[in-house]
Amino acid sequence: MNNIIRMLIQRISLGILTLFVVSLIIFLGVSMLPGDAAQAILGQAATPDTVAALRKQLGLDLPAHIRYLTWLGNILQGDWGTSIGNGREIGEVIGVRFANTIFLATFAACIAIPLALTLGILAALYRNSFFDRTVNVLTLSSISTPEFFVAYILILLVSVKAGWLPSLSNIRADTTFVEHLEKTILPALVLTLVSVAYMMRMTRAAIINLLSQSYIEMAALKGVRKHKIITRHALPNAWAPIVNVVVLNLAYLVVGVVVVEVVFVYPGLGQLLVDAVQRRDMPVVQACCLIFAVTYVLLNLIADVLSILTNPRLLHPK
Amino acid sequence: MNTESKEVLLEVRNLQIEGFSEDRWHQIVKGVDFTLHRGEVLGLIGESGAGKSTIGVAAMGYAKPGCRINGGSIKFDGIDLVTASDEQKRILRGSRIAYVAQSAAASFNPAHKLIDQFSESLLEHGLGSREQAYADAKALYARIRMPDPDRIGFRYPHQVSGGQLQRAMTAMALSCRPDLIIFDEPTTALDVTTQIEVLATIRDIVEQFNTAAIYITHDLAVVAQMADRIKVLRHGESVEESATRTMLSHPREEYTKSLWAVRSFRKTVAAPQLEPIALVKISDITATYARGGQAVLSEVDFEIHRGETVAVVGESGSGKSTTARVITGLLRPEKGEIVFDGEVLPADYRNRSLHQLQQVQMIYQRPDTAINPRHKIRDILGRPLSLYLGLRGSAREQRLIELMEMIEMNPKQFLDRLPDELSGGQKQRICIARALAANPSFIICDEVTSALDQLVAEGILRLLDQLQQELNLAYMFITHDLATVKAIADRVVVMLQGRIVDQGPTNEIFSPPYHEYTELLLSSVPEMDPDWMDRILAERASKMGMAAADN
Amino acid sequence: MNDPSIQSSTGPSFEVSKTRQLVRVLLQAPLSAKIGLFIIFVYIFVALFAPLIAPFGESELVGRKYQVWDDEFLLGTDNLGRDMLTRIIYGARNTVGIAVITTVFAFVTGGVCGIIAAVVGGWLDQLLSRVVDVLMAIPSLIFSMLLLSIFGTSVISLILIIGTLDATRVFRISRAVSLNVVVMDFIEAAKLRGEKLAWISVREILPNIAAPLAAEFGLRFCFVFLTISALSFLGLGIQPPTADWGSMVRDTADLITFEDYTPLIPAAAIMILTIGVNFVVDWFLHKTSGLKDEY
Repeated sequence: MNNIIRMLIQRISLGILTLFVVSLIIFLGVSMLPGDAAQAILGQAATPDTVAALRKQLGLDLPAHIRYLTWLGNILQGDWGTSIGNGREIGEVIGVRFANTIFLATFAACIAIPLALTLGILAALYRNSFFDRTVNVLTLSSISTPEFFVAYILILLVSVKAGWLPSLSNIRADTTFVEHLEKTILPALVLTLVSVAYMMRMTRAAIINLLSQSYIEMAALKGVRKHKIITRHALPNAWAPIVNVVVLNLAYLVVGVVVVEVVFVYPGLGQLLVDAVQRRDMPVVQACCLIFAVTYVLLNLIADVLSILTNPRLLHPK
Repeated sequence: MNTESKEVLLEVRNLQIEGFSEDRWHQIVKGVDFTLHRGEVLGLIGESGAGKSTIGVAAMGYAKPGCRINGGSIKFDGIDLVTASDEQKRILRGSRIAYVAQSAAASFNPAHKLIDQFSESLLEHGLGSREQAYADAKALYARIRMPDPDRIGFRYPHQVSGGQLQRAMTAMALSCRPDLIIFDEPTTALDVTTQIEVLATIRDIVEQFNTAAIYITHDLAVVAQMADRIKVLRHGESVEESATRTMLSHPREEYTKSLWAVRSFRKTVAAPQLEPIALVKISDITATYARGGQAVLSEVDFEIHRGETVAVVGESGSGKSTTARVITGLLRPEKGEIVFDGEVLPADYRNRSLHQLQQVQMIYQRPDTAINPRHKIRDILGRPLSLYLGLRGSAREQRLIELMEMIEMNPKQFLDRLPDELSGGQKQRICIARALAANPSFIICDEVTSALDQLVAEGILRLLDQLQQELNLAYMFITHDLATVKAIADRVVVMLQGRIVDQGPTNEIFSPPYHEYTELLLSSVPEMDPDWMDRILAERASKMGMAAADN
Repeated sequence: MNDPSIQSSTGPSFEVSKTRQLVRVLLQAPLSAKIGLFIIFVYIFVALFAPLIAPFGESELVGRKYQVWDDEFLLGTDNLGRDMLTRIIYGARNTVGIAVITTVFAFVTGGVCGIIAAVVGGWLDQLLSRVVDVLMAIPSLIFSMLLLSIFGTSVISLILIIGTLDATRVFRISRAVSLNVVVMDFIEAAKLRGEKLAWISVREILPNIAAPLAAEFGLRFCFVFLTISALSFLGLGIQPPTADWGSMVRDTADLITFEDYTPLIPAAAIMILTIGVNFVVDWFLHKTSGLKDEY
């Protein structure tokens, strides 16, 4: 067991290191901007003295590494800084927004993952049948489609023409869970359509690769029934690639929400980020990027850890 | 070997199998007949591409992916496997017909214990309970002399060695006490010393359980030990079939005779007149892969003269290829040096002059990976010509033609081809030509015939011998095959675990008194005599008996 | 004893011209691939000859806002009164053009680094791989948005930012396929001949990885193309008044609520090209991987 624990510790340490490096990049990137926060807050008309005073007050005249550590320290304590645009505490808004985004991503994942795995496994088992070839063409088309295209088509057909679902997903604090679900069906569907395509193709490829292994052939030559070959021989070795596909796709979903949130005007983290970038509200941009990046890194870390834990060669070392 | 013919178990008539490649179906097996009786062992031999494996699995009614049976009949105990339903075939497989694959490592599921995979057939066909299966497994493992038979079954495949896995697979095939076992090149991937143990195991089992067997191999000496009858295959057709002893003493067909004759090739000049000073002196080399790590070579020291062939022989891990890497400068030794033509070669090839690089050439084991598949032959041979000799234009063209003639290949036909269009033997000749193009004085041949069929290999050996005569080349011939060593070496260096255990002229090394390890190696190489294995095993048993008696 | 292999070479030896072979391969392609090739051809044509085909100027104001489709303006006008058809045609040149340049940049940078990392190995490989790991730790859309907000959204910064981020994927795959080649004996043989890094990379390795890299180029193009369109849609990519399909969707999005299909046209234009390229890449991968599926 020591081998596994050692590998896990290594991988997790690497993950934590990555998180630090990512936060550093985000911090440094922003501090490279010409002009700075103090200038941006006070505007063009401010006198140099006023700017200098504000700069000192905000601690912007300190050396870079101290500012970085202060910033990081603040974040870890829950202080995300102040938005330049409206002067409010970012921390107030960001929690809710993040929760909304997670809600949407989870909703989409709940539909997408089972669907993709089933289609992928079926396509691999019935390789080159009419079913497989049709699904191949459909998924190729699906991954070629920009999310906003799917979104607008759905809005056009479902919302405007048929009137079944609302086209704007404006959630407020008092929206009930059911209402929330209703308003997020369309955006979740859009996310599902594209991510199912990716996941299904990856699953299919992984299963096909698995089925071509010699020990699968050997099981057939021992007279094992087909469904038992799948469950006893293929499946135990399929967990690793499947888990990998699923988690990587969750990571994709985290990013895919951005466009969808904008189209449906859904109050999530993605929309907040887009607004902030347009307005050059750097503290908000920093905060949003940090959360997205951390989520992505953590999901990749989970993928690697699960990959280690489901590898039979590692579970039972020499 | 059980030679009593009883009832007919397997009757194959006019078997035809086709395979799909390059968008077309090609006929791989073109009408093969044979009959197998209970308890009888049939050896299928032939070179690669002969169709032995395909026919072997067809005995179970199985066609590998990309193949299909398109004619003939395969009657197993009355049931025609060509027309049987999938369910009928499934019931037979594992229970009455079993298969032992070439690669045990790939055929075991890494996620399950050995003993569970042993029990699988038994449980699937409802022939026993798990407890019975486990007990049987332990008994069988003990019988085939696996280490720690009661516990080894509870290990995972990657936790045991290659030889043990191969034996475990044989045990697994026996779990349902089948009537027929198909052995598909089961010892090809094993070292010679492990091979003899596994062969003995297989033969014992087949005798004790009165199982019929089809034994597929390309190694003539091995099949001579194992089979009652031998069938020679070539290009999907049967060439000849007869009882083992008859075929060994009186082969009828030309092709069969040529297969037997391969092992009798001997060098044209028995002992060359040598210069007093060696061309290459490998002087007290000690090397490791990582600083402070285990030594892969220790105090390796020998010489090679112009016009001489020194064979470096040993099993995997002995350090023969590592020595070549040190000579070519790919691995820096911790101690020792290489002296070439009087001067010390820089340890790292990057520090060597073009002239020094030119003089030492290497030919590799696998011609497929030794030449760039996207380069034309003309460019492959032309590069050393332009690089080392500065040849251009018509002089270059002239030399290319000369090189092709030296390797007995038609320049007009081959110079503008890509390697894909050539056979294995032809590609290896190109590799030889590439080495010659540099006008070297010393060539290292690293297992150059190991990946080739017997006939083709013999052609390569003859060519190398001839070139040595003409050009007075020095060869270092790395190999694990003692038959090749006897055929071409002037002197032999025997290596074991990074050390030289014995060296000297060929006839001295191969006649008594032997060094202990040399004796082990020599005795493990199967000979064409069907009684060889019995003799060797009896000798070893009596030696162990004497040793025990001495204590 | 005759070595039978010397007498004849395996396989037939017709001297068929390369063009005839190419035509034969194209004719044997499945329907999806043929459609894909046709689509690509049409797009390239439109992009090259845009000024000759378009009825009006790229940013010319020709009518009222949001005019419906009629004989004069086949696809109506956009939110400022510019002809949609013209802008769609110019969009081919702009969007596709910028995507191609970005992909080429990503490919050259990532590809060269990948091959060198594989051949040289050691500390250089470690260094490049770590740098790539770091760059890939942040999802590319988010990272692009961060960098664009820092460096501005000019065409140059768009190309450099997306190109660099995409180069990381190209690096990984070119390194992976190069590593498969680097372990072959003929590379060792080349090193022992004294061949230099440049020779080994270009003459020994590159011809052997051309096929997977070509397929990857197609896939990278699709990804870059979709990313640039998404960024433009969000207002962060190609800026007005340049005609670009992504921002055109954004400009006319309001029309959806009036059941007007106009915004879907530029979006469809993006989708169709991507589908076309994906079909061709899929066929190419199928062909070069030598999978025997039909039996």
